[in-house]
Amino acid sequence: MSTAEDSDTLVTVENLVKYFPVRTSGLIRRTVGQVHAVDDVTFSIPRGKTVGLVGETGSGKSTLARCIAGLIPITSGRVTFEGRQISGLSRRAIRPFRREIQMIFQDPYGSLNPRRRVGAIIGDPFAIHKTATGAERKRQVQELMERVGLNPEHYNRFPSEFSGGQRQRIGVARALALRPKLIICDEPVSALDVSIQAQVLNLLSDLQQDFGLSYLFIAHDLEVVRHVSDSVAVMYLGRIVERGPKDLVYHSARHPYTTALLSAAPAADPDAAASRQRIILTGEVPSPIDPPSGCRFHPRCPKAQPLCSETEPLLEVKAGDAATHVTACHFPVEAGENLAVAGRNELP
Amino acid sequence: MSLSGVEFVGQQAVAAEAAEDGTRIEGRSQWQLTWRRLLQDKVAVAALIVIVVMVALAIGAPLFVAITHHPANTAYPNTGETVAGNPVPPGTAGFWLGTDGTGRDLFIRILYGARISLFVGFVTTAIGAGAGVAVGLIAGYFGGIIDAVLARFTDAVLAFPYVVLALALAIVLGPSLPVIIAVIAFFSWAAIARVVRGQTLAIKEKEYIEAARSLGAGPFRIMFIDILPNLLAPVLVLATLYIPTAVVFEATLSYLGLGIQPPTASWGNILADAENFYQVAWWYIVFPAAALLITTLAFNLLGDGIRDAMDPRTERVLAGVRRRKNRKKTALIDNVPGVTAGEN
Repeated sequence: MSTAEDSDTLVTVENLVKYFPVRTSGLIRRTVGQVHAVDDVTFSIPRGKTVGLVGETGSGKSTLARCIAGLIPITSGRVTFEGRQISGLSRRAIRPFRREIQMIFQDPYGSLNPRRRVGAIIGDPFAIHKTATGAERKRQVQELMERVGLNPEHYNRFPSEFSGGQRQRIGVARALALRPKLIICDEPVSALDVSIQAQVLNLLSDLQQDFGLSYLFIAHDLEVVRHVSDSVAVMYLGRIVERGPKDLVYHSARHPYTTALLSAAPAADPDAAASRQRIILTGEVPSPIDPPSGCRFHPRCPKAQPLCSETEPLLEVKAGDAATHVTACHFPVEAGENLAVAGRNELP
Repeated sequence: MSLSGVEFVGQQAVAAEAAEDGTRIEGRSQWQLTWRRLLQDKVAVAALIVIVVMVALAIGAPLFVAITHHPANTAYPNTGETVAGNPVPPGTAGFWLGTDGTGRDLFIRILYGARISLFVGFVTTAIGAGAGVAVGLIAGYFGGIIDAVLARFTDAVLAFPYVVLALALAIVLGPSLPVIIAVIAFFSWAAIARVVRGQTLAIKEKEYIEAARSLGAGPFRIMFIDILPNLLAPVLVLATLYIPTAVVFEATLSYLGLGIQPPTASWGNILADAENFYQVAWWYIVFPAAALLITTLAFNLLGDGIRDAMDPRTERVLAGVRRRKNRKKTALIDNVPGVTAGEN
């Protein structure tokens, strides 16, 4: 989407590509292939909104997040923040943007240094950016701890003395310390119990309102994404296959992969679950080192036609859809179409 | 569960309890926990005491000179030697451990030898640990060509026949304390560097390192503030275990006449001189050898103790505590009429 960057857009990602070279081991390391982790991804994150990113393990969600956060260099494409390019900058040049873009990580146990006290962990952003020292830093850290629902008296504790949910709050406090505009949440609740998930999600939504934050929210749990997102992008093998406002993607999905994902998600209502046709996808996710020709989903797609293996579908507005809802499919799913039946017919 | 019981259950359990009731249990750092576990280990405590005593004796050597009036390098041909010119046995004429081949006070010379040995042991280990940590961190964190060069260099040093090189250097440069320290330190860093590099490779993939990078931390801040604290445990163990190696290395060089030069006392050169008298003066060879043995053994046992104490999975000490508790519980149950002790 290379539309005009209006003031409501915080981050735009244009044609972002990230390949990881596959090298032989040993002294002389030849490159024998590329992992197509993220391939030509374009989308934008509006100010103060939440963009959900869903997809299976290995679809490139986390890689995309790290590319946007500037943690790994991108192969090609462009990331801009408030109209200024941030991709391809040196470590020094990207430093001011670190304050604007922060991350919350998936593993509340792995993302906090076990040998450092909570006060030091949350105080790190202040120390690195030299914004507060000594007693002032401590005061600000304790204020943050209170804001995310931690007891400020636990300033001198180690991460191991907290539960998973509390640790994730520590991670939130650390991300919040520099008052960023965008927080990239990389599966922030997938390692937590369901009851704790709700608490952390509510905290994130409160903070969004208070500080006008934008979120890029990555998850494989469709219900969580539905709960927090304003718009949703679905990734498959490094590409966005469908993107649009939450309600449109969830209620009138056009891409067969999205439809299959939605049908596989567990439903809270058993009656609804029983009446629903589950689409069983055959086969495995193909290797991202050697992605399928044409549409990357075609080997597993119940609606695949010869065209699908030849021509790559573009992400575009399909007939009858809103202008904000785009799908990359030659044969989009029509309302009321039963893919489960189509899928079974494909089986030998 | 009593408070004293809780603290042995392990960090996770302490954490869980602490998180629930807030203030009752004070959070303990890794070092406090390690120290407590170390104090439970009788062998390690004994080794630590031996080391402290040895260090105190070495530091207090001049004090013993003042008491015995026997300076280290003064020979006493009249009182310190028999008519045949041999050393006098322990207890004779105020020589607590007898005298050496030239009628000097053996006890005082062993103390001064301890100064050299411990000094060389601590200094070379400190230099080696510092250099090893630096090389290992840089190689492991930066990777690529830097890692390839440093790692191969480390392997080369480890593969080197170090005694041969040490002898050659001592001959070429002339034996002196700085040369000895330089030679021993040069061979001490490689083992630590290799371990640190391996650990750094593992730790740098952790999410908290990525978190630090996303906050804008530079490579040196990440290396020394985020990675190094996680490495102190293995480095401390390795360093403690390297001290006796350095002590023996120094003794070997001095024994071969390429280390500390007479008349300065060193355990190595005392033993070299003692060889000539082993048939007539057992004490001359036994006491310095015992000092060397006890010191190296103590450092090795302490190193093992620290390693066990650092590793929370070590159940040796804890198992003892639990066994005693269970025995008490069983005894209590036995005393209650009508209840059989079959629980455990």
